[in-house]
Amino acid sequence: MNIGIHLPILAIAVPLLGAFALPIFAKVHKRLRDMWAAAVGAFTCAMVIALAIQVLSTGVVVYTLGAASPTQAVTQGGFPIRIVLTVDGMSAFMGLISALVGLASLIYAFQFLKEDQGKTLAMTLFFLLWAGMLGMEYTGDMFNFFVFLEVTSIAACALIGYRTWESRPAEAAFKTMALYTLGGLLVLLAVAILYGQYGALNIAYLSSRIRGSQLDKIALGLLLGGLLMKAGAVPAHMWAPDAYGEAPAQAAMVLVANTQASLYGLWRVLFTLFGGALAAPAVGWLVVSLGTLTLLVAVLMAILQRDLGRLIAYGAVSQIGYMLLGVGVGLVALASRPDFGLVAMQGGIFHMLNDAATVGLLMLAAGVVRRATGTKDLTALGGLGHDLKWTGGFFFLGALALAGVPPFNGFASKLLIYESSFRLSPLLTAIGVLGSILLLAVFARAFQGVFLGPRLRAAQSPPVGMLVAMGLLAAVILAMGLAPGFFVEHLVTPAARALWEGRDLYLAAVLGG
Amino acid sequence: MIGNLPFVVCMILIGLGLWTLLSRRNLIKLAIGITLIECGVNLFLVTLGYVERGVAPIYTYTQPGVTMVLPTPQALTLTSIVIGMATTALMLAFAVVIYRHRGTLDARKIRELKG
Repeated sequence: MNIGIHLPILAIAVPLLGAFALPIFAKVHKRLRDMWAAAVGAFTCAMVIALAIQVLSTGVVVYTLGAASPTQAVTQGGFPIRIVLTVDGMSAFMGLISALVGLASLIYAFQFLKEDQGKTLAMTLFFLLWAGMLGMEYTGDMFNFFVFLEVTSIAACALIGYRTWESRPAEAAFKTMALYTLGGLLVLLAVAILYGQYGALNIAYLSSRIRGSQLDKIALGLLLGGLLMKAGAVPAHMWAPDAYGEAPAQAAMVLVANTQASLYGLWRVLFTLFGGALAAPAVGWLVVSLGTLTLLVAVLMAILQRDLGRLIAYGAVSQIGYMLLGVGVGLVALASRPDFGLVAMQGGIFHMLNDAATVGLLMLAAGVVRRATGTKDLTALGGLGHDLKWTGGFFFLGALALAGVPPFNGFASKLLIYESSFRLSPLLTAIGVLGSILLLAVFARAFQGVFLGPRLRAAQSPPVGMLVAMGLLAAVILAMGLAPGFFVEHLVTPAARALWEGRDLYLAAVLGG
Repeated sequence: MIGNLPFVVCMILIGLGLWTLLSRRNLIKLAIGITLIECGVNLFLVTLGYVERGVAPIYTYTQPGVTMVLPTPQALTLTSIVIGMATTALMLAFAVVIYRHRGTLDARKIRELKG
């Protein structure tokens, strides 16, 4: 069997199989379970990377399920009835983000989770969430997208609330579940409306038919609402701080990657599905204003927090605002296509990778603090830098990168967003810079409060595995900060171009000709 | 014959579900609200596939020339029902856990997480 052409489906099927086989192996022996998890994780990452290389070197990869040949997407008569997976530059880029976050989370989880506190359960749910995320990113079918969206919702909420011996996780999980399900149902209603009009679910086919009728606009509104709800943008951000604050550290960072998968869905809908019919920049302005609102509200809320987990959570929500701002500016400019539109898209999309790495690093460091002291209350913590030297260093690095201080990666992507949004309106840039400054103040205070000062209590340093996971993310952050040009040129630009001008290529790859 | 009536019923169900979510504070009732929206969306999907005087799309049992209904919406609805069952079960499980810890299901009284 030629494994090369089956990469898209294997990247989803392997973690799915990994998830359901994991409890069986755990029954046999715990060592066997860990080896299985490591093998599945490594294999999934290898396939995602191989697929990304394939996409970046040869163009859009289409995989048809249930056809005689995986490349045969349309039946006779030019109508796609089968489910297809379509991987273009943007999907491949998102797959790499998920792979990076998943790998770091898995390495961290081995020594972070305790056997008597549902380690097998948490690892099973993690693989399920990972498979769902990769599915959302690779699918080329609207209903399939909804199914994977719900797979991630169920796995994510179970990960938030599986610690039933505490009361707070269940509360966070219920709230998150209600909002996720509502968002998912809005997406399903939109999919049903599109299906009712055009009789198809294939994104490429729908995109070639959508002309912007009244029903199309309703569907677009429902998709925007549902996906933004799941991405945690203001005003539907209430679940995010609870969920990130209460979920165990290794799960919280995957939840962040999951919000980015929802954002990816939003970009796909806006640029590919509605790309032909969406000439009015009004939707772009809506996304831009939601983005600036998100980053302002989240940063202001971060100032008030007394809990390290919730503080980082609001930091994570504010970064969603920057992504919406960057890509929104690109969407406003989509009709007239000036140069700064593509630059804004590059900034927004590069920021997704940066955010996944930096917020992930901060959350893992907070997990170490919680493990060492049993609390995340900022008023009770202090002086941990004496014992947790590496963790303190990683937190400091993450905080600087998140606030966008040069020469770290957050600065590289935010600069792209600033210089392009300035061309649209200087006010947007001013709000963005203000958000960054406030964020720096918030995280400087948090770092000073948690790690500096006199030693209040002895803290046990984390095991090597957890340091390796944080080191992996820190290395990625440093590499992206020192050589942003390399990453922008080889990863971000193909992804941005796939959305900006790749709609015709996407359609041609699926529908042929 | 019945025109757009089924669609109106679906939208009423969805509206009732949204109203329940906004006006009720009992966790079980919130779960019911979500389920109502889900029912509305599922009915909408089934209605889309309805063809007047249509028959089940099984080629070996139908006479030639008969109109068949489209099977896709029904397959979608089935998938959606299964997903809905999983989400409802999970939400009710969380409600049970919350009740065990706090002894109440009132969303106003169990707000440990805020701000």
